[in-house]
Amino acid sequence: MTTLVYIIAYLGIVFFLIAVAARFVFWSRMPMHLRWELYPVAHEGGGRAAYGGSYLEESDWWQKKRQVSLLGELKVMVPEILFLVALREHNPKLWTRSFPFHFGLYLVAAATILMMVGGVVAAVMPASIAGPVARVLAILVPLFGAAGLVLGLLGAIGLYQRRASRDMRDYTAPADFFNLIFFVVAFGIALLTFLLVDRDFSLVSGFVANLVTFNLVPLVGGGAAAILLLLSVVLLSFLVAYIPTTHMSHFVGKYFAYHSIRWKDEPNLRGGDQEATIHELLNQPISWSAPHIRGDGKKTWLEAATEEPEEPPK
Amino acid sequence: MKEPQSVKDIAKNSGEPLARIEALEQIPLPPPFDKIDEEPPFAQLTDEEREKFVVLDDTIAVNIVKPESKEEEDRLVKGFLSGLEKLMTVEDNWTFLQPFEMSMEHCAHCQTCSDACPIYEESGENELYRPMYRSEILRRIYFKYVKKASTKVHGDIDLNWEVVARLIELSYRCNLCRRCAQTCPIGVDNALLSREIRKIASMEMGIVPKELHADGSVLQLKVGSSTGMTPLVVKDNIEFIDEDTAERTGIEIETPWDVQGADILLIHNAGEIMAWPENPGAFATVFEAAGLSWTLSSEIVAYDGINYGVWYDDVQFARVAVKHASAARDLGVKKIVLGECGHAHKALTVIADKILTGDLNIPRESSMVTLRDIIRSGKLKLDPSRNDFPVTLHDPCNLVRLMGIVSPQREILEAILPPGRFREMTPHGVENYCCGGGSGFAIMSGHNFSDWRHRLTGRKKFRQILEAFQDEPMDIEHPKYLCAPCSNCKGQIRDIIAYYDAWEKAGIYYGGLVELIVNAMVDVQPGFIDWEWH
Ligand code: SF4
Ligand code: SF4
Repeated sequence: MTTLVYIIAYLGIVFFLIAVAARFVFWSRMPMHLRWELYPVAHEGGGRAAYGGSYLEESDWWQKKRQVSLLGELKVMVPEILFLVALREHNPKLWTRSFPFHFGLYLVAAATILMMVGGVVAAVMPASIAGPVARVLAILVPLFGAAGLVLGLLGAIGLYQRRASRDMRDYTAPADFFNLIFFVVAFGIALLTFLLVDRDFSLVSGFVANLVTFNLVPLVGGGAAAILLLLSVVLLSFLVAYIPTTHMSHFVGKYFAYHSIRWKDEPNLRGGDQEATIHELLNQPISWSAPHIRGDGKKTWLEAATEEPEEPPK
Repeated sequence: MKEPQSVKDIAKNSGEPLARIEALEQIPLPPPFDKIDEEPPFAQLTDEEREKFVVLDDTIAVNIVKPESKEEEDRLVKGFLSGLEKLMTVEDNWTFLQPFEMSMEHCAHCQTCSDACPIYEESGENELYRPMYRSEILRRIYFKYVKKASTKVHGDIDLNWEVVARLIELSYRCNLCRRCAQTCPIGVDNALLSREIRKIASMEMGIVPKELHADGSVLQLKVGSSTGMTPLVVKDNIEFIDEDTAERTGIEIETPWDVQGADILLIHNAGEIMAWPENPGAFATVFEAAGLSWTLSSEIVAYDGINYGVWYDDVQFARVAVKHASAARDLGVKKIVLGECGHAHKALTVIADKILTGDLNIPRESSMVTLRDIIRSGKLKLDPSRNDFPVTLHDPCNLVRLMGIVSPQREILEAILPPGRFREMTPHGVENYCCGGGSGFAIMSGHNFSDWRHRLTGRKKFRQILEAFQDEPMDIEHPKYLCAPCSNCKGQIRDIIAYYDAWEKAGIYYGGLVELIVNAMVDVQPGFIDWEWH
């Protein structure tokens, strides 16, 4: 029984990693597109990002070195990821639900990673190091874990209630409700486990330590406590595997939405390295069939863009 | 107010419009236009118009004739689906594949974008104009009919010819201002989706408002300008403008044409030449006074900076951009400077960036920047007290939110206005509101469309303009200047001022930026801005 749960946990993690990697590859393999940036662009240097300015405010900008600020980008990205700043600014009502939900997930993820680190440290480090690390983790893991489960659960309930409200109901598919219920159930049972049988997270820490050291032994103690814990693990493993298959994979998409679209402002300079890619794309065959294009699957973009105009369609 | 109750209503064949605006229920404007029942009438469609064309709401933009046979109905549906499939391929849509897929896949339906949209707001939050209402229809069609995915996951929708026809109409109820996209916490872009719907209609089905296509980009490519001006006519008109400007300024100018090896090719929106001749006249005055090496081109297309494809069609867009760049290459200029036209700026500088290569890759610069540098150089003697009247600035979306050109125009105003005369609108800069003419609306006025845009798309901007001047006496005795450095915005603003008679009733006048510069030039006879309502 326990072995099966270990296997489910491995599969959940592996599936998650593969699915996220696949999303990442999907978005990063997209062809170059026409520029479609939206200001402010966070990495714009020269103090311009503050008011939404761009290098196009400079005369002869193509002869000057662009001022790009990684720090400026981080100053926007980090608070955005951690605190959902855009949502707080533009939709405070939803933010009061969405922020606890997301922050709860981060805390649960952090607690899980800390438990993994604890497991590895305990297995490979001498006691002089492993001991102090374990003491720190014994404080952080329950703190992050419990706070994360509470916030995540409250957030999921809040989001469910918001989704069911009049102005959002029509835009909500059954799967959206299912996703939130899934979170409520998985987080709810995990929280119950914490409250009833694992106040110091030692049981789950033991399980995770076994997991990362491939020591697939039954849980210490067994009984109802173990059953509750294993149920939590199974549900959370399924949840972890499920997330990237849904639109909740927007955490990957959002990175590309910003870096490949909204903030993608690198100019194509004459003789620069973008020109070869553009040539390739301009030689793609076109099959749009409106009368002013008459793409036949052979005519290329280049040919379509440079051919003499035809009569307007009637 | 009538509004759809559900996304699925788009498929209901009621023969009735899906939404109606009750003009009397709209939020009143600031004084002196605060009596809602005294606002000008909102012209309604006639029964014949409703009978003949697909009707979505109170107006008609695209003129889709109702199909008369099953075959015609099927053609609409098949054409749409075939276009939608092409949007998903590298070959046919490398131009926007990634932004399109991103907006298809990742909307969380959070509704954050709704509050950002001026049309939705001024419609009294009519569901039809919610930014994601149209996106959601497209998304459901995409998942159910193209990707064959579960409706339990992505939502359900029926597909019939009315859905297609209404959705195409609905894509012309959006200014493509991207204010909604700016607030989306994920990066989904409803404006992009409006434009992709327009692309399906134009590039696959040949359905497009005639002002944009037949009378727009097609005419431009054929005779040289959507105004119909041929090279001969445009040269004649500019000669006349030179004479007229010299009379007003006391400075002789001769606009240079086709000067090989000039530093700058200046491209105006040809609408300026026809409707606001003082603008090209002012540019010539300033450029000459600053001693720039510059020229206009009389090559077909190159004397009209417009590129309507940016609103509906990637191929038409590319054709016009290539013509602009070819003219610059043939003249051997060092750079192209775009006159006061927002979409021309964005089209040639930003969007065409990934189309123009090699010898067509001529650097492009905004006239806001060129003018700012002229002012900085000190070559013009300026007397700001000549501009001693209240001024506010309209930020064209294409210049600010979509290009990040925000400060040069403000630096210029700072230099040419007396202290305390300039006031910003709220909000401004990259968070500005569209004039209401964006995405082609400024030049569209079939049926009652201009009334519709005054009551819906332009109302927020008009509200902002009135608010900006509320500390001034609102009458014609106290003229106020709305500076709008964009030809399309000026078209929309001219129309809305005329609709409300806001010059006579509130003293609101409008014009470009370069005119204000000339008005402040010491070497110019006073009174370049004549406050004559045209
Ligand atoms: S487009 Fe963005 S802001 Fe609008 S509903 Fe979708 S996710 Fe929310
Ligand atoms: S692009 Fe502008 S007009 Fe269109 S939906 Fe968004 S905010 Fe509204």
